[in-house]
Amino acid sequence: MADTPAKGAASARPLSPHLQIYRPAITMIMSIMHRVTGAALYFGTLILVVWLAAAASSPAAFDTMQWLLGTIVGQLVLFGYTWALFNHMLGGIRHFIWDTGAMLEKATTTRLAWLTLVGSLGLTFLVWVVGYIVWL
Amino acid sequence: MNMRTPLSRVRGLGSAGEGTGHFWLQRLTGIANLLLTIGFVSFVLASLGASHEQFTAQFSNPFTTALLILFITSGVVHMRLGMQVIIEDYVHEEGAKLACLIANTFFCVAVALVGVLSVIQLAVGG
Ligand code: HEM
Repeated sequence: MADTPAKGAASARPLSPHLQIYRPAITMIMSIMHRVTGAALYFGTLILVVWLAAAASSPAAFDTMQWLLGTIVGQLVLFGYTWALFNHMLGGIRHFIWDTGAMLEKATTTRLAWLTLVGSLGLTFLVWVVGYIVWL
Repeated sequence: MNMRTPLSRVRGLGSAGEGTGHFWLQRLTGIANLLLTIGFVSFVLASLGASHEQFTAQFSNPFTTALLILFITSGVVHMRLGMQVIIEDYVHEEGAKLACLIANTFFCVAVALVGVLSVIQLAVGG
């Protein structure tokens, strides 16, 4: 503690490395994705509520929302929402496992990260195939 | 050296005075979301391309109504806690942080209220 430089003074010690120093690892990317998808879902809930409010207010408002969500842009947003939901859901299951203290070994976390990514893409694909069958 | 008073150690609530409350509620609502997501996705799939009449008819089933109310309330509590952590991680200026935390709560309460009231209205057919 004695030779800690004063605030603002240049330090001769190496600074702790930050995000951009590390080569991206899948564990780190999926950790970031859990936060990004959580934030995306935060605004996704708004879409759900607007959809329900439109249905509650009038048939015309609901038809407008159904049309809007069916456009290419609407479908892209919903596709992103679906993937964010499954990615975050599987990421959440990972957190629950880790909360018990299990599966924290380096090789295991790497495998879990890949599973989260592949699993979320698989579930998204599955739901959209079912969705198009229902819709068309 | 332990700077904590014996009383604070016995209470075990930490510096924010909330103990593990935030952590636990985030997990609890996370588990609820996990279960409710299955029902929610099914509901959306059943509603694709639905007319207003077909859509509102689904609310004659009380389980559908309950599912949506639970998903909205659990989801909103969960997302408010989650966004709070994100704000605390990135917004360090005290005034801006407070403003963001207040806006977060206001947004979540408004989303929950509009969502739940809409579902109730659809259920009672008003
Ligand atoms: C589908 C089931 C879900 C599960 C299992 C789940 C699980 C979790 C868990 C365990 C965390 C804490 C992560 C941590 O401590 O670092 C978390 C964070 C979060 N969740 Fe969820 N969640 C789910 C759905 C949702 C939904 C629907 C939303 C939004 C409406 C949401 C928004 C968030 C946000 C904003 C965070 C904070 C992210 C962060 O701190 O990096 N989650 N979730």
